[in-house]
Order: sequence, then structure tokens, then C-alpha cells
Amino acid sequence: MSTVIAEPSSRPAEPASKPVNYLNVQFGVRSWLLTTDHKRIAILYLISITVMFFLGSLAIVPVRLQLLKPDNDLLDADTYNKMFTMHGVVMVFFFIIPGIPAVLGNFLLPMMLGAKDLAFPKLNLLSWYVYLLGGAFSLYAMIAGGVDTGWTFYTPYSTRSSHTNVIPVGLGAFTAGFSSILTGLNFLVTTHKMRAPGLTWFRLPLFVWAMYATSIIILLGTPVVAVTILMLAIERIFQVGVFDPALGGDPLLFQHLFWFYSHPAVYIMILPAMGVVTEIVPCFSRKNIYGYKFIAFSSLAIALLGFLVWGHHMFVSGQSVYLGMIFSILSFLVAVPSAIKVFNWTATLYKGSVSFETPMLFAFGFIGLFTIGGLTGMFLATLGTDVHLHDTYFVIAHFHFIMVGGVVMAYMGGLHFWWPKMTGRMYSEFWGRIAAMLIFIGFILTFLPQFVVGHLGMPRRYFQYAPEFQVHNVMSTAGASILGVGYFLPLIYLIGSLAYGPKASSNPWKATGLEWQTPSPPPTENFPVTPVVTREPYRYSEEVPVGY
Amino acid sequence: MDTKSPPLAHHFATLKQQHETATLGMWMFLVTELMLFGGLFLAYTVYRVRNPAEFAIASKHLNIWFGGINTVVLLTSSLTMALGVYWAQTGKRNLLTVGLVLTALLGVTFLVIKGFEYYGDYVENLMPGLAFDDAEWHELGVRPERVKMFLIIYYMMTGIHALHLIIGIAIIGLLAFWAHRGHYTPAYYYPIEVGGLYWHFVDVIWVFLLPLLYLAGVRH
Amino acid sequence: MAEHQGQVRTYGVIFVVLIALTGLTVWLGSIDLGEWHTPVGLAVAATKAVLIVLFFMHMLHGPRLTWAIAGTTLLFLAILLLLTLTDYLSRDWPTGRVRGEMETSSAQFFL
Repeated sequence: MSTVIAEPSSRPAEPASKPVNYLNVQFGVRSWLLTTDHKRIAILYLISITVMFFLGSLAIVPVRLQLLKPDNDLLDADTYNKMFTMHGVVMVFFFIIPGIPAVLGNFLLPMMLGAKDLAFPKLNLLSWYVYLLGGAFSLYAMIAGGVDTGWTFYTPYSTRSSHTNVIPVGLGAFTAGFSSILTGLNFLVTTHKMRAPGLTWFRLPLFVWAMYATSIIILLGTPVVAVTILMLAIERIFQVGVFDPALGGDPLLFQHLFWFYSHPAVYIMILPAMGVVTEIVPCFSRKNIYGYKFIAFSSLAIALLGFLVWGHHMFVSGQSVYLGMIFSILSFLVAVPSAIKVFNWTATLYKGSVSFETPMLFAFGFIGLFTIGGLTGMFLATLGTDVHLHDTYFVIAHFHFIMVGGVVMAYMGGLHFWWPKMTGRMYSEFWGRIAAMLIFIGFILTFLPQFVVGHLGMPRRYFQYAPEFQVHNVMSTAGASILGVGYFLPLIYLIGSLAYGPKASSNPWKATGLEWQTPSPPPTENFPVTPVVTREPYRYSEEVPVGY
Repeated sequence: MDTKSPPLAHHFATLKQQHETATLGMWMFLVTELMLFGGLFLAYTVYRVRNPAEFAIASKHLNIWFGGINTVVLLTSSLTMALGVYWAQTGKRNLLTVGLVLTALLGVTFLVIKGFEYYGDYVENLMPGLAFDDAEWHELGVRPERVKMFLIIYYMMTGIHALHLIIGIAIIGLLAFWAHRGHYTPAYYYPIEVGGLYWHFVDVIWVFLLPLLYLAGVRH
Repeated sequence: MAEHQGQVRTYGVIFVVLIALTGLTVWLGSIDLGEWHTPVGLAVAATKAVLIVLFFMHMLHGPRLTWAIAGTTLLFLAILLLLTLTDYLSRDWPTGRVRGEMETSSAQFFL
């Protein structure tokens, strides 16, 4: 996009020797903990979310070790249940739902819109503190003995029978939900009200469309799970409540309310990831994105349709069979907009000038693994086959293909893509590619066997299993070890780049987009002069300047 | 706080943009509030459909006088709030303060009446777990557990509503304090409007609670 | 914001209508309308809500975006309520499945 000077700069020229950016404008803990700069808040989130990712990963280590042998006694059943619950709770509520929005969304959205900050900067900082509070509640619950209900908290076990710390972890998830709502609210209002002059809706980068659709889901869905957790807590505390069969209550009501949010939640996870991939693929194909409007509208379609399919988590719960049929058909429908995106990315690659830098490797990984994960969803959406596959490892493999093979890959790709912009440094491309390959190989070894063993009948959430499934479980644990190394490497070389990496120009990838028109790292106010947008995005057919 | 010139935040181009952004932000927040109460409305709807007799009879035992008077109280507070916004727009500082103070006081009145109502519910054995008489409902030919279900939902809905009202009173009180200090002008009054939106929303929720909770059965 | 300042008289009129509708709600609650009892009560409540939203919350003269936001929220609220209700209303429809003895006797527990 062309940038035209619209207002005369009212600030004196910066001294050429030491450029002031958002990182060095002020030092000291207070300047970080009381910041309202969306970029600093993004970095704060980056650190907390990375911590949560490693905590969630740590939780699954004993599980995978336990599963090395069919009759292993490394963990007893109760401890096993607590470990996979902790894995789920931490990963879902504190890593993957906030992940891309809070880190990349916070950093990039104002810049992609040509704005100086989000609409409500103080609310943004509050959302981080609320996130930390939620994390503190959940970590307390884990340390004080854990929770064994699974991250899904089904009643009546969670309200009546479980003797574990359900209420603290419920409070943690409830609080994390509010952090999410504040972020989504901020994003929606910012996109409506703070676009630069000339930045019409169809000139927006598709990452912005993705964040917009994500934020709609956040606002509509999260409050429902919040009030559900509240009702669960009330019932657990007072031992009377709306899910209590003794009062004519229905445990399925909990499931309806829970999944009304938790299914759209997976679209909160995947839409930002798709947005990231949509930014990376054109850049490393040197080609305009194929089907801009299809991608934009498919994001909105996913947001809408995603609210119509929650019952596919309840096919064997006792839910009405007729409603199950409706949910099944709708679940087939929701696959269509996702497939449209895969076609568009592929069409973008076609006859493009493709290169394989680390962000692109992660994007390729995403496209392949997400497609597999999505296709396996079709088996689960089919009522008949789901009866066989429900609560087996097939389900676990399916959602890990999408969440890890999809979302985490995209998150890593985005992190690498925008790392030079965020930090002003280039990371080691060699180590980046090694990490990407290790993650890809480790991932496949971990989760592909789980499809097989799930289809053969191995149930999920069991601490022991039938002996014929051992080979697959050993492969899975081996893969998880490789995956662990793969995720650990970026920690080293990305942090190392802060000290040893070569300085990045404003546009090292020669990408289009307003964020690449400012220095790396950007100054606090993002743009010394508000840009005016006059052309459409992804103009890779022209020579894009590397910048200054 | 500077009362001479309207405070324009650094990341906005104009005060109008800031005003529109704030209003839009509150509307977005009200979306989340509506969905929050939506979960409770769902629980109510499901159990009303399954237990029509119990819901009808239990509903008749609630105090319609308190419910009705409280409705009038909240509607009046919405009037004073709307007038407050108007007086803010027209720069009538003292009237604005009066409007906001009246709104908050009416909110407190609602809570006081609600408190008396809850006490009455306790005396009438309408509090499962604390004061409840199974036999009374058996005599009426309905299942006591299902009556308890209605009452639990009643307390949850009115309780969460009251919580929102308390927060609203605090916000309006704060706005009244700043209004009294002359903080708002016809150019800068959007916090009043934004607070008003929240207040009206809390009123709208109550407007639905009245027929659902108090008038589920025919009160002859 | 200066263009559509609600006038005091409009607020007063709407307020009177709201109070009247409240009286109507309570009065209707004492009449046996059979199966229309609930829909009528909800219709009156909805009317009051619409008046508050359009006039006190200034949505009538507000931006179209506000209408879209309110409409979308109501749509998804409707989805939550209606789709879930469908479960409860159709759970006992015949499916051709043979019910076991245990199932039949405990089924009444949930009704």
C-alpha cells in the first residue's frame, strides 16, 4: 500500500544516532507494568503465554510416560486424571485461546489499521492483569492438589463427587474469560473506529478480518461459559442447583451451556491462526492472496456457523437423536468455509515464487496438518461413526492436529514472521528451520498413531489400556519428546537473537502491510504521521521496498 | 482532572471519534451482559417447560407488590438517567447532578425493597436449604424439588441482577460526584451517556424478570 | 451527538407508557389466558424493552451499527435458547429404539 504524508509532523526530527522505539523509550519495571502501549502489553502477554505453554506441556509429560506401558503404575488413576485435567485447563484457557490474539493481535492490530493504539489502552493492560489473576487461581488449584474433572467439568461429578479444587480452577477459567472478553471488545471497537484514512474494509489485511471474526465469537460465547461456571460453583457450594437431578435438573443442561461456548472457542483458536497463515503465504509466494473476499467472508461464516454445531460433542450423551442429526448436518456445513481457505492458500501458491523461510515452513505445516485434522473432523461429525469414535484417542488426535498442528504452528510462524518487527532483530534462519522440521516430525510421530489407536478403540482419559495398543503409545511418547525439543529450540535462538541477532530493517521480508512501513522496532506511537491508504493490500506484483 | 478543555486522548484524532468509540465500547459490553443473562434465561426456560405446574404455583408465592413496585422504581430511575444525559448535553450542571443522584437513590431503593422481599421469602419458607417446607407443596399437589428448582433460579437471576445494579449504582454515584465538580460539558459528556446505557440495560433485564418470575402462573 | 438530543417530553411520554404497560403486565397476570399467558406476558415485556432501548438508549436515531450489534446478539441468544430447547422437546420422540426396563423406569425421574 502507498503511504502518503497527510499531516505535517509536529515533532522535531529524532537524532540519527539512537532511534527511539517502544522498547527503549523508557526503562524500568514500572514502565512495563503500568504501560498502556499495545506493543509492550503484547510482549508482556508473550512472556506469560510462553510460561503457560511450558507449564501445560510439563503437565502432559507424566501422562505420556505413564502411557508407555499398558499397565503402568507410574501414576495412580487419580493423579493421572489430575495431570490431563491440568494439561487441558492450562492449554485451552491460558495458552491457546489467548495466544495469537493477545500476542500478535495486540501487537499488530493497531499497526495494521494505521492507528496509534487500540481503542481502550488501559482496558488492554487490565486484560493482562485479569489474565494473570486467572492464571494465579488456576495455578493455586493445581498446587493445592489439582483437579480431576477434565477441562470440561461435567456435572454431576464436578458438582457433587469430585473432592478436588474445582472452584478455584473454575474461578481461574471464569477470570481468564473476562480477560478474553476485554481483548475481543477492544479489537472490535478499534477495527470499527480507528482505521486510517482510506482504509476501507476491503483494503484491510486479512489478519484483521480474522481477528474481527474471532472477537465476535469471544463476545457472544464467553459470557455463556462464564455464567455456566458460576452456576456450577453455586451448585457445588450449596449442594443444590440447576444441574442437580434430585431437583429434576439435567446434567445435559450443563453440557449444552458449556459447549455453546467451548465449540466456538475452537474457532477463537483457529481463526487467528488462519489469519496469520494468510499473511505469510502471499509474502513468501510473492503473489497476491487468491480470493480476498472469499477469505474475508469465510471468516465471518465460520464465526456464525461455529455457534450452530455444539451438539456434536453430545451425540452419545442422551441428547435428542433428532437434534443430533441437525447438529451433524450443521457440522458438515461448518467445514466448508475452512476448506475454502485451504483452496485459496493453495491457489495463492500456484505459480507463485515460493521460498522456504521459517515462517513459510510453519505455514506449510499448518496447511497440511490443519487439513488432515479438519478432514478427520468429518468422521466425528457423522453421527454413526461418532458413536464408535467418541471418547477415544481419535478425538484427541483430531483436535491436536488442529490445535497443535494448526494453531501452534501458525503461532510459531507468526512469531518468526513478525519477530524482526517486534524486536528489531533477525533470528537464526538455520535454527529456525531445524526447529520447524523437528516440530513437524515430532508432531506427526506423536499424533498420527493416536488416530489409529483411537479407531481401534483405545479410550481417552484412561490411565491404563489394552496391551495391543502399546506400540502406538510408545511411538506417541517418542514423538512427544522430539516435539518437546522442537519447541524448546526457539526459546533459545529467539531469546539469543535479542543479543546476537543482526539488526532488522523495517521490512526484511519485503512484505506489504502498514506494519512494515515503520522502523523495527516501531516507535511508541507506531507512525510518526498517520498513513493514508489508497490501494488494495497484498500488492506483491510490484516491487516492495525493503525500507530503511 | 482538567475541567477547562475536553480531555482528548493521544490516540484519537477528534473528541467526536473518542465519544463514538466509548459509546460503541459500551454497546459491545452490553452484548456480553445479554449473553451472560442468556444462560440464566436458558436454565429458566428449560425447567419451566419441564415443570409448568411447579413454576406456575411457586411463582404465585412470590410477592407481586414488591416486584411491581420495584419495576416502577427502576423505570423511574431510567427516566431520571435519560433526563440526566439530556441535561449533560445541554450543559445544565445542577440538573445533571440531581438526575444522577436520583437515579442512584432509586437504585438503592430497589435494593432495599428487594432486601425486604428476600426477608419475606425467608419468612414464607421460600428459601431452599434455609427455610423450606416440603409438606406445604405436597398439599398443593406439586413436587417440592421442582419448586426448589424454580426458587434457585429465582434467587440466581435476581441475585446476579442485583449485583449488576450495585455496580451500576457505584458507577452512577461516581458520575454524580464528577458532575457536581463541573467535570462535564456539552462537548464532553459521553461518560454520562455510557453509564446511562449500562443502567438502562440493567432495567431491561428486570423488565423481563418481572413476568417470568412473578407472573408464570395466573394470579387470581 | 447534538443532532438528536432526546427531548424531555418524549422521555416523559415513553415513561408514562412504560408504567402503563407495567400495570397491564400485572393485570394480565391475573387473567387466565390459557396457553397465551406466557407469550402475552413476554410480548408486553418485549415492548417495554424495545421502548427503553430505542428511546432511553437512543438507538432509534443512533448509528446503524448499533442496530446490527443488537440484532446479532438477539439472534445468537435465540439460537442458544431455541436449539437447546429442541433437545428437551424432542428427546422423547420415537426413534424406533427399544427401551430397556431400567431406562423406562428411570425416565420419569427426568420428567
